[in-house]
Amino acid sequence: MGFVSNLVNGISLGAVYAIIALGYTMVYGIAKMLNFAHGDIIMVGGYLCFCSISYLGLNPFVSVLVSIVGCTVLGIVIERLAYKPLREAPSLDVLITAIGVSYLLQNTALLIWGSNPKSFPNLFKSLGNIRLFDGQLVISSTAIVTIATNIVIMLALTWFTSKTRMGKAMRACSEDKGAAQLMGINVNSTISLTFAIGSGLAAVAGVLLCSAYPTLMPTTGSMPGIKAFVAAVLGGIGSIPGAMVGGILLGVAEIFAKAYIGTQFSDAIVFALLIVVLLIKPTGILGKPISEKV
Amino acid sequence: MSMLEVSDLNVYYGSIHALKGISFNVEQGEIVTLIGANGAGKSTTLNTISGLLKPSSGKIRFEGESLVGVPAHKTVGKGIALCPEGRRVFLQMSVEENLDMGAYTRPDDEAAETKELVFKSFPRLLERRRQSAGTLSGGEQQMLAMGRALMSKPRLLMLDEPSMGLAPILVEEIFSIIEQLHDEGTTILLVEQNAQMALQIANRAYVLETGNISMEGPAEELAHDPRVQKAYLGG
Ligand SMILES: Nc1ncnc2c1ncn2[C@@H]1O[C@H](COP(=O)(O)OP(=O)(O)O)[C@@H](O)[C@H]1O
Ligand SMILES: [Mg+2]
Repeated sequence: MGFVSNLVNGISLGAVYAIIALGYTMVYGIAKMLNFAHGDIIMVGGYLCFCSISYLGLNPFVSVLVSIVGCTVLGIVIERLAYKPLREAPSLDVLITAIGVSYLLQNTALLIWGSNPKSFPNLFKSLGNIRLFDGQLVISSTAIVTIATNIVIMLALTWFTSKTRMGKAMRACSEDKGAAQLMGINVNSTISLTFAIGSGLAAVAGVLLCSAYPTLMPTTGSMPGIKAFVAAVLGGIGSIPGAMVGGILLGVAEIFAKAYIGTQFSDAIVFALLIVVLLIKPTGILGKPISEKV
Repeated sequence: MSMLEVSDLNVYYGSIHALKGISFNVEQGEIVTLIGANGAGKSTTLNTISGLLKPSSGKIRFEGESLVGVPAHKTVGKGIALCPEGRRVFLQMSVEENLDMGAYTRPDDEAAETKELVFKSFPRLLERRRQSAGTLSGGEQQMLAMGRALMSKPRLLMLDEPSMGLAPILVEEIFSIIEQLHDEGTTILLVEQNAQMALQIANRAYVLETGNISMEGPAEELAHDPRVQKAYLGG
């Protein structure tokens, strides 16, 4: 039963990584930039939800909504103020700016909420855990909600990008911004929309992550952010199903490494996995090499 | 009033002066061709009209309205479509999705009508509508790029080297489609290195040389001008 229980925990953690990785990969696909502040949006999402519940006394559902709306707006504002002026700048400048935004968010959080960890309430307690095989296998309500949320997000995004006008415009922009403009697509608003979606998803990930690992600190988002970035690269950066596959794979690898090899090694193993996959397939598991026809 | 009037247009890439004050015009119902060697400034001209590039000075008027300062995503709504050099179809999207993108600014029901007409002009696209554009041959991609441009129902269609890299038989086919589109009432501004073919179907022509217009006139006349023959027609 230990194996199955580890597998469920791994998938559940991986589902959170996948949701974060989606934000990384969508922004990369369209803006061709690595938004290293993405992980910190998760942390902001966690705090917004925490404050809504603990200080404002809102119910959990409304608190999650507050967190999603707050992060969506934050994502749009960050893009407008920090990244948009650098649209034509070399990618190194953009990368450094993203790291700057990351520190800005962490330190602002430190100023507002201090360095003492907050204990995040379990939002899904009332749903109850599932006990199987006479209680030998317990699946937490948080794990179930996390995996279900991940599936809903995956289906919704697939529908959005393949069926809606705006979603198709997003794919067109990620392939060729010049050609997209000739179609009448406003590239700036498409990039804004992408940041909005990615940041809203980061808020969801923040709430799910804090429900599973309830210590909330200004640095809470950094490590999951980096791991989600690894997941996005592992799956093939720019690819939405790739983010899913990469995230789940990484979560399972991490939990198994913790369980069977040792806690100290788990992060090293995660990064080793990335290196091995990239050696075998440099574009990631589902990444497509771009070929041009003449 | 001409449909399109370009006057004294200057465009720079950094310190490179790519267009040095060119002026030309296109009348409604014409095929006008802009010919010239590689690097003469032909693509720069079309990209500036479509708003992808900003001129440093000069005027561009389409149906009496200035296009200078209009962003690229707004020009298509004014009735101008550019079929860009190198086709630039969306390789990872299906043929039909590419066409839908061409009608991005139009309501779905109107777009559906235009799509039928496009499929009529390009039956091969209909056969391959569900295939991704990346799996098409070069000639098919060119047809898709033209079909996509037509989906906006442009009054002025600008084509940037539609014959580039195609086998002679396909070049013939593409040019006969251009003539057909013209017969159906679309005004055409055609950029070509294949001067021979372009001068055959055009009403008027301009010769562009390193950012200047060096000759202009009825296509017929230019085709018989010894200087044009020597420089662009291999004789
Ligand atoms: N993106 C660019 N950056 C710098 N110079 C460019 C760029 N695009 C074109 N040029 C220069 O501008 C001139 C005109 O180019 P272009 O309009 O592409 O010519 P054509 O389409 O006639 O072959 C050439 O000298 C070319 O090198
Ligand atoms: Mg050119």
